[in-house]
Amino acid sequence: MSVDKDTVRRIAKLARLAVPESRLEPMAGELSGIFQWVEMLCEVNVEGVPTMTSVVAQKLKWRKDDVTDGNQADALMINAPGGEDHFFVVPKVVE
Amino acid sequence: MSDLISMTLAEARDAIRAKKISSRELTGAFVSAIEKARPLNAFITEAGEQALTMADAADKRIAAGQIGALEGLPLAIKDLFCTKGVRTTAASKILGNFVPPYESTVTQNLWDAGAVMLGKTNLDEFAMGSSNETSAFGNVINPWRAKNSNVNLVPGGSSGGSSAAVAADLCLAATGTDTGGSIRQPAAVTGRVGLKPTYGRCSRFGVVAFASSLDQAGPMTKTVKDAAIMLKTMASVDAKDSTSVDIEVPDYEKLLEGGIKGLRVGIPKEYRIDGVPAEINALWTRGAEWLKAQGAEIVEVSLPHTKYALPTYYIVAPAEASSNLARYDGVKFGYRAEGVRDITDLYEKSRGQGFGAEVQRRILIGTYVLSAGYYDAYYSRAQKLRTLIKRDFEQAFEKCDVLLTPTTPGPAFGVGAKTSDPLEMYLQDVFTVTVNLAGLPGISVPAGLSENGLPLGLQLIGKAFDEATLLRAALAVETAADFKHSPAKWWSV
Repeated sequence: MSVDKDTVRRIAKLARLAVPESRLEPMAGELSGIFQWVEMLCEVNVEGVPTMTSVVAQKLKWRKDDVTDGNQADALMINAPGGEDHFFVVPKVVE
Repeated sequence: MSDLISMTLAEARDAIRAKKISSRELTGAFVSAIEKARPLNAFITEAGEQALTMADAADKRIAAGQIGALEGLPLAIKDLFCTKGVRTTAASKILGNFVPPYESTVTQNLWDAGAVMLGKTNLDEFAMGSSNETSAFGNVINPWRAKNSNVNLVPGGSSGGSSAAVAADLCLAATGTDTGGSIRQPAAVTGRVGLKPTYGRCSRFGVVAFASSLDQAGPMTKTVKDAAIMLKTMASVDAKDSTSVDIEVPDYEKLLEGGIKGLRVGIPKEYRIDGVPAEINALWTRGAEWLKAQGAEIVEVSLPHTKYALPTYYIVAPAEASSNLARYDGVKFGYRAEGVRDITDLYEKSRGQGFGAEVQRRILIGTYVLSAGYYDAYYSRAQKLRTLIKRDFEQAFEKCDVLLTPTTPGPAFGVGAKTSDPLEMYLQDVFTVTVNLAGLPGISVPAGLSENGLPLGLQLIGKAFDEATLLRAALAVETAADFKHSPAKWWSV
């Protein structure tokens, strides 16, 4: 599977990643190399093989739906790059 | 001073308990060794002052007779573990100023046992790499140099700061994390011990996530016994991580005794790979002879899907990474780009500027294999391959108790030697990555020197949650190898 420049642009958009125009072509080359290499997985017959959902046999745990933590607004804000009072500030979203 | 820092964790523990040394003396010696070793760039954040405060508190507890399992013992922590009030970067610009308001469970367990934190060690950005060359905080330099050479070598990765710190006597032991080999490979190329426990043995709470179904924390130490001591404290079942397993943590140190008479050691024939240097295979053969001489039975086993492990990993791990790293958007924490047009521009620019090249590459791979139309061809197929790889191990373990393999395809390489071709770098993990895909425990033990005088490791792989047997086999390799080498301390003349 070979990946072209437009595909890189499209997946970068999906990933919300600004990739400069000049990086699109080299990235397409690198990704193509990697996708050609993983192509070898097609040799394996996986008919009837279950997809792995958990690497260690265990039942997912349940717990009571109780509030165990909270009132941490100050702690939540200390790393906010744009924070005022207890609000995360972002560019205008609704015109 | 140098005697203090070259002690093993077990020796230091016993010396502290016997009141031969204080935690403050010991911690002070490490703090000054770390300052002198700055050319290695092993630490992103040094925490000398805090370490001495913690040491004093430990000394007080010791005087009062309250002695925890790791009381007063100075450790280095990979900068992927969140530490309350101490900057935690994941070696990324996007978390460059992140100060966690909470503590990871593994580190909390260490502090509860009385350990002292010396600082946060360097790593590949978000643990993505095998040479510690993708860090936003610069390369780490391996304390080891080849015979008659002063060329800088890589310390392995992603836990390269931790491996360098242990090998250079900058801590008694360190924590690492291992998603595809990130504890075992750096330990091997720095001549030290690295243990990746079974998936679920240690809590992942508070460890910056890379690929959640593969990530596991573990110790990096000078000896197998030290790894046993560290694991006992690091491991726990944790309500904050639903994948941590509720199985009793045994006293691994006690269980080291007893030898390996009758232990069945499997040699997987598919691990003899074209292009791997003869000295690696020779060391592997010697390792099997060592174990045989101590009473083990050597059996050949087959893991037929071995060659599909790396490509499977490079679908599964980036897929999980692209999902995990979606949280870094410049809004609630982390780096935020300036001068943006709108909210989408804010996301795209913050991520484009905040993530380094290798992380971006993996986000793109992951996004692609999870995108509509490709999910079945790539991601579903890889998850089926993962089932087959795990099944290989289950069948092999019907015939043996542990597996013996090389850890890496070669010794430490030069800085910059493998950065131009991502695929060549990925091959570093060819012997280690299968273990993560199958969720098993694996350990690397220093076993000898390469022709050019650099350390090489042997890997042992165990059954799920049977770290006790794994450690006992590792002790047998360690005893036979009698690896006493240390790097010359060229950085502190």
